[in-house]
Amino acid sequence: MNTREKMNENDEQIRSLEEIFEAKIARDEKIEPKDWMPEKYRKTHIRQISQHAHSEIVGMLPEGNWISRAPSLRRKVALLAKVQDEAGHGLYLYSACETLGISREELYDQLHSGKAKYSSIFNYPTLTWADIGAIGWLVDGAAIINQVPLCSTSFGPYARAMVRVCKEESFHQRQGYEIMMTLCNGTQEQKDMAQDALNRWWWPALMMLGPTDDESVHTAQSMKWKLKRKTNDELRQQFIDQTVPQADILGLKMPDKDLKYNNETGHYDFGEINWDEFWQVVKGHGMCNKERISARKNAWNNGEWVRDAAVAYAEKQADKEVKEAV
Amino acid sequence: MTNENLIQYIYGIADNSLILGQRISELCGHGPTLETDIAMTNIALDLLGQTRSYYQYVAELSAKDLTEDDVAFLRTEREYKNVLLVEQPNTDFAYVIVRQYFFDVFHFMLLKELENSKNVNFQAIAKKSLKEVSYHKRFSGDWLKRLGDGTEESKAKAQQAVNDLWVYTDELFQMTDNDILIAEAGYGVDTNPLKSAYYNEITALIKGSTLDIPETPYFQKGGKQGIHTEHMGFILSDMQYMQRTYPDMKW
Repeated sequence: MNTREKMNENDEQIRSLEEIFEAKIARDEKIEPKDWMPEKYRKTHIRQISQHAHSEIVGMLPEGNWISRAPSLRRKVALLAKVQDEAGHGLYLYSACETLGISREELYDQLHSGKAKYSSIFNYPTLTWADIGAIGWLVDGAAIINQVPLCSTSFGPYARAMVRVCKEESFHQRQGYEIMMTLCNGTQEQKDMAQDALNRWWWPALMMLGPTDDESVHTAQSMKWKLKRKTNDELRQQFIDQTVPQADILGLKMPDKDLKYNNETGHYDFGEINWDEFWQVVKGHGMCNKERISARKNAWNNGEWVRDAAVAYAEKQADKEVKEAV
Repeated sequence: MTNENLIQYIYGIADNSLILGQRISELCGHGPTLETDIAMTNIALDLLGQTRSYYQYVAELSAKDLTEDDVAFLRTEREYKNVLLVEQPNTDFAYVIVRQYFFDVFHFMLLKELENSKNVNFQAIAKKSLKEVSYHKRFSGDWLKRLGDGTEESKAKAQQAVNDLWVYTDELFQMTDNDILIAEAGYGVDTNPLKSAYYNEITALIKGSTLDIPETPYFQKGGKQGIHTEHMGFILSDMQYMQRTYPDMKW
């Protein structure tokens, strides 16, 4: 067989593997780490799952900022547990990502070098206690809308991780809303604090659902692989429709003068999102981009000697066991 | 023995859990690995959970109309009765682990005795906490071994932390007049008989970790009288910020 014939045969094999793969996804069967998958599928999943994992661990920082100052013991414990859940989510998402043939160190390197992205919302500062309520209510609320469809995505480890993540996120969202409710039933100062937090987090939360459909580069392919079930704009509308009545119950005013229920469409119309701000923050010019990355880098770099010690100790113990066995 | 005696005794135990819990909480999101971050946060959650049980009991005992949060957040620095060890800063992971280990071994012994208290509240809290603290002790002890017998760098850092924190160990066993009163009533614990077992245990583990025992002619104390290191004021100004800035509100 000459080279050309060999190449043709290889192409044919890949084509048939690809057909089997596509058929599996169409039948709603899961793709598992050991299954054959196109290179692009693997890369897209590494990108998305790692971006998600990074968002979880960078997301620990703005909320972690309030653990030491939480206003009551009950709130302190709940916030600690919430931030710990995020670390847990990061852990299973990194593990899911590692099944695609990339190490945690490589993933961290990508985060630290700026090659990998994380959710831009975590580059906004948490200024008051009400921000902790607003993040739970709005940011976790938007995250759930993004994530629930992923429980049935095609890549098995990601889908299974998301089932657990979503359960915990919905608990976090209720907890955040309950913080807001408590503030809104409190003194005028507390209500003002809640309103101010809503004013600052509302628009970034809407941006969290991603760029508008005509600017979203990955949507078509992601829909095919069930990494996405609805477009960014559809998800955003769903989030707004669900959240506006919740703000009404709190007695808070949405910071959007164009927000209005549209009887014809059955949805809320809303004002224009400041996409310039969104892209600025994505490009690294948000208030806390530098701090977030340097906090992650510090944790990793300052922990290097600890990780090295653990490895050295484990090796010594293994040597001892071998010697004892001999 | 009055309720006030009992309350003061509780502060001597519960404030340790509060301040150490607060200290460890500062690290959440900044640990050397995700796994240690999650584990340390668990320890903080356990300690703060214990604190709540103790302070709820204080609120019950008090003649004033107190809540657990008044007890946690609205005392002045001199009114906190934690030992100096737990307020020491998170200098690096070695200090965090050694501080934890020195405290955990004592804490476990104390709770073992408190489980036999005549006071049913103490019995219940001790019983629940023992399960948690036996894990804390295993975690911190295992990490001390890894750091001590790991690399040259980790050994040096662990030794430094042991040397610096050793001076705060003796205070764990200091009995105030009030402690003696409560112990004699069968409610509290006489810690004197625990001391030699404590030093035997930590000395064995430190030596087993290839580290040396520091020779200290003098031990630091004062926390149990409310005379704290300068770190304490900063811990409190951080921790009490919301309650002080917005008094009498519900959160």
